Amino acid sequence: MPRIPVLFRCGAVLFAALCCGAAQAADPIVLGFVDGLSGSFANVGEAGLRHLQIAVEDVNARGGVLGGRKFEVLSFDTKSSAQEAQLVFKQAVDRGVRYIFQGNGSNVALALSEAVAKNNARDPGQAVLFMNFAAVDPALTNERCNFWHFRLDADSDMKMQAVTNYIARQPGVRKIYLINQDYSFGQSVARTARAMLLAKRPDIQVVGDDLHPMGKVKDFAPYVAKIKASGADTVITGNWGNDINLLVKAGRDAGLAVDYYTYYAGGFGAVSVLGEAGVNHTKQVTIWHPNIGGRGAAEHFQAYRKRFPEGREDLYYAAIRHGVELLAAAIERARSTEPLAVARALEGLRIDQDAGELYVRADNHQVIQPIFLSTLVKANGKDVRFDAEKTGFGFRTDARVEGRDTLLPTACKMQRP
Amino acid sequence: MTLSPFLRRLGLWGITALVMVVLPLLLRQGFALSMLSQMGIAVIFALSYNMLLGQTGMLSFGHAVYYGLGAYFSAHALNAIGAGKLGIPVTLLPLVGGVAGLSFGIVFGYVTTKRSGTPFAMISLGIAEMVAACALMFPGFFGGEGGIATNRQVGSAWLGITYGPQIQVYYLIAGWCLLSMIAMFALTHTPLGRMANAVRDNAERVRFVGYNPTRIRFMMLCLSTFFAGVAGGLGAINYELVTAENVGTVVSGNVLVMAFIGGVGHFFGPIIGAVLVSFLQSALSSYTQAWLLYFGLFFMVMVLFAPGGMASLIMIHAPVVRAKRMGTLALPYLVSGLLALVMLAGLVGLVEMIYFLETGAEVGKPLKLFGLALMPSTTGPWVGAMAVMLGGAAAFAWSLRLVRDAWARVHAYLQVQEGL
Amino acid sequence: MEFFVVQLLNSLSYGLLLFMLSSGLTLIFSMMGVLNFAHASFYMLGAYFAYQISRYVGFWPALAIAPLLVGALGAMTERFGLRTVHKYGHVAELLFTFGLFYLIEEVVHLVWGRAPVDYRIPQALDFAAFTIFSTSYPAYRVFMMGVSVAMLLGLFLLLTRTRIGTIIQASLTHPHMVEALGHDVPRIFMLVFGGGAALAGVAGVIGGNAFVTEPGMASAVGSIVFVVVVFGGMGSLAGAFVASLFFGAIQTYTVAMDYSLLDLAARLGMGIAADSPVRGLLSVSVAQTAPVLPYLLMVLMLIVRPTGLMGTRET
Repeated sequence: MPRIPVLFRCGAVLFAALCCGAAQAADPIVLGFVDGLSGSFANVGEAGLRHLQIAVEDVNARGGVLGGRKFEVLSFDTKSSAQEAQLVFKQAVDRGVRYIFQGNGSNVALALSEAVAKNNARDPGQAVLFMNFAAVDPALTNERCNFWHFRLDADSDMKMQAVTNYIARQPGVRKIYLINQDYSFGQSVARTARAMLLAKRPDIQVVGDDLHPMGKVKDFAPYVAKIKASGADTVITGNWGNDINLLVKAGRDAGLAVDYYTYYAGGFGAVSVLGEAGVNHTKQVTIWHPNIGGRGAAEHFQAYRKRFPEGREDLYYAAIRHGVELLAAAIERARSTEPLAVARALEGLRIDQDAGELYVRADNHQVIQPIFLSTLVKANGKDVRFDAEKTGFGFRTDARVEGRDTLLPTACKMQRP
Repeated sequence: MTLSPFLRRLGLWGITALVMVVLPLLLRQGFALSMLSQMGIAVIFALSYNMLLGQTGMLSFGHAVYYGLGAYFSAHALNAIGAGKLGIPVTLLPLVGGVAGLSFGIVFGYVTTKRSGTPFAMISLGIAEMVAACALMFPGFFGGEGGIATNRQVGSAWLGITYGPQIQVYYLIAGWCLLSMIAMFALTHTPLGRMANAVRDNAERVRFVGYNPTRIRFMMLCLSTFFAGVAGGLGAINYELVTAENVGTVVSGNVLVMAFIGGVGHFFGPIIGAVLVSFLQSALSSYTQAWLLYFGLFFMVMVLFAPGGMASLIMIHAPVVRAKRMGTLALPYLVSGLLALVMLAGLVGLVEMIYFLETGAEVGKPLKLFGLALMPSTTGPWVGAMAVMLGGAAAFAWSLRLVRDAWARVHAYLQVQEGL
Repeated sequence: MEFFVVQLLNSLSYGLLLFMLSSGLTLIFSMMGVLNFAHASFYMLGAYFAYQISRYVGFWPALAIAPLLVGALGAMTERFGLRTVHKYGHVAELLFTFGLFYLIEEVVHLVWGRAPVDYRIPQALDFAAFTIFSTSYPAYRVFMMGVSVAMLLGLFLLLTRTRIGTIIQASLTHPHMVEALGHDVPRIFMLVFGGGAALAGVAGVIGGNAFVTEPGMASAVGSIVFVVVVFGGMGSLAGAFVASLFFGAIQTYTVAMDYSLLDLAARLGMGIAADSPVRGLLSVSVAQTAPVLPYLLMVLMLIVRPTGLMGTRET
């Protein structure tokens, strides 16, 4: 086996020549966008990157922070894998990134959160802050919380709190069916829904609780037949991607008349596929949608369509804008760009955004903000001014749940440096 | 000057070890070090895979099962060490992974090795799918979506080694990698290793001479799962996190690709494959979004034109080098290499422009490529890239004739030499 | 009763769709010995082509044109790809289709994007065909079954009533003999590969709008189709047919079974402690195992009977 050493040496030369760029100059504040930018979920990652770009451009257009320092975005591809994420995280640190944004996949978020904590403990001079804009696993702000992680979206338990508060006031809801993907998120949605319903409306019957494999079910007709046989009037599901589209479509085909309470019926591409099939009985729970009312939401939505006319998606992640605005405010408050000082300044920080005031909870670094329940209906130019993905269908607010009503006890024991 | 084969081999291993020691001292950046660690793990894993495919002729679609389960057990063991319930040093943790891989190898292998050929491949695929489905269904052991997190900095430091800094982990991986390489290489020279080759080439004859091919396949599979488990254990230490993707079909497919690109016909093939594929996957992806496409094309080109992998490409030159006839080949290689680069540049230009339009992260801004600022919304760059690609392809096709002629001359020379 | 009948129809329509995919694969698999990983990619291409064509000329022409295009692509794949690697052996052929699978997925990403496309069922078929008790049954599903059955009949007639069909049947079981008799086996291979791809294309055309047309649809059905073919047996179309319907039924009916081993243990009077480590394993219901079951059955089948259900030879 004669060639190994030669090959290793070639590798070394290649490294030196190719992959190790010099550290960036310190002047702009570099935000690293670390998410899946290739493979099946690249469209979601790309959309997130555009969201970050437009939010950063807005802050820079106002003159940046600390009297003229600008933000700059660098992107890193995690390939939607937890292990790759750890690798590119090191690359980001090498290139001088001190603030990272990530959101897609709680598995990746948990891995990054751990990697950030370890990096900061082992090398405090290169501390990094992690702004999580979409990973909703409650563990991130509970058992597995850490000082350097901030969650900008509401976690899945808080969203379920909002859903069940709303359902508790609907006398028409008698029988509920839970159908979820068989992995930790789906299982936790099912568990939390059961527990919260029992506490708030003990008269509601949970007539079914299905866990199906994630992304493997081609035909949801058998599940729909089962839901129908159970006599349910309401379905709660944490399904995302095709699993929500196929479920609702199969329900429509079989004439199933139920309301769907979902987490992700408004996700990228979902409304395009659901279309007519989902109208009037598909609800979603989110921290933002374009028709929440107020000037900010409308302006931001239109600005996004104008800035990215060829983009295939609409503004969706309000959490990314919130993250950038929070960072800017915290840097001003700390008068510093040191992650440690900024993290301290973020705790308890309050800013005004589209839906009103939001603040960072100090004991677990969760952003507290209003949560909206909305139904997919035909856009009408009045309370449903904007449609989703130019389909003619948009979301109409059913209820606004204030931030204080989504406060849940936390199991986080924050270790402060 | 002739050295005995033993001394020569010893020298090669010595040089390999030296390179492994020196390499990280030249590359001090965190990312490079992480990548070297990843390569070390991939080398063990790919070699263990080749014990099946290359040496015993068993095509497996589920080798990640043993890698992943080894990693999970190692992570749990590491957590137990951290909690003071288990008293083994972290240095020896890969053994836990190896034993876990071996145990599952014995259980699954007993079932799978009853068959060979296509049925074996399909059974391995079935088992891989089942284990992957279970990994998501049972969060108790597999940790659900977040996986099992762990901390390698446990126990008291021994000679200042805490495994906190990446460099220490790298040397741990390098050490295990070297040991595993030597062990697996030695195995190819044992009677078992030789009989495995015989089973690959003609199982019926093996039966005639009194061996049981099923037994040989079973033993090779068990040994191979041990090393896969060792690789998994090192993975658990390196990433300090084990997720369900580790037992998934993507990892199984990847190790097959590594072994094949490197070349399954030679012992050192998978080493090249592991290093090259790890490097391409990390480096390409930090330069271009289209890396999956480039990688797929590269793989297809290898399958179509170099089915023996990198190793066979290198080995066909061995007699030429020995006969000191590389000079004949050098110029044609240089010419067609350069022309291939021209063709590639055109192709890259086209692909990058398509991706640029498709994802459109920066609408209205030019695409920077090879120091040029292209505007994919205009036709100019498309025509240009197409011309470069087609021109390059035509010239490259012509230049292949030069290479062929040169080879013919070399062959003639070699034949004359042999004749003497 | 209502539930049972509805599920029966659901299982039939799913099983027939599976058969459209597996029939082509089993022909290719048993004739050429190639585990064609890219077979499901042709299914996906069928759906995307139909989507694109139906935007210009409507669904009905697309139903004919898209499978022909896919079939042509399949034939080209055999002629310029597989035939080249054939001499390097089965592993190289398999890896070729493996690579092709990834390339096709990446090309689909590029051309049609990563999000699902809006490929709808035609207006003319978008109504409820009939109502069983209170469940309406969509006309499109009836149409799907009709197309599958028509294809099944066509295939049967082609294989039993035509000369080329006889040769194909002979090549399934005795490929060397057919070659020895002087037939142009490579040409038959090309035809069969193209034909198999076209069948997958038809499945894509009618499955793409019934479900969702998106870049992951190939990998979602890819391995299950393998399972069907292997379970049914090499070289046996009848086996593939039985296996398709069987797996259709399994996937449909197990969904309704909420029993678990834990219930069984309780029924037998065995209490399992709440903190017992095996509790998690035992509490898995039959419904949850539905997706794993085909693989388990395949593994068991191969161990007991490596030729598969109705197959005649091993490789």
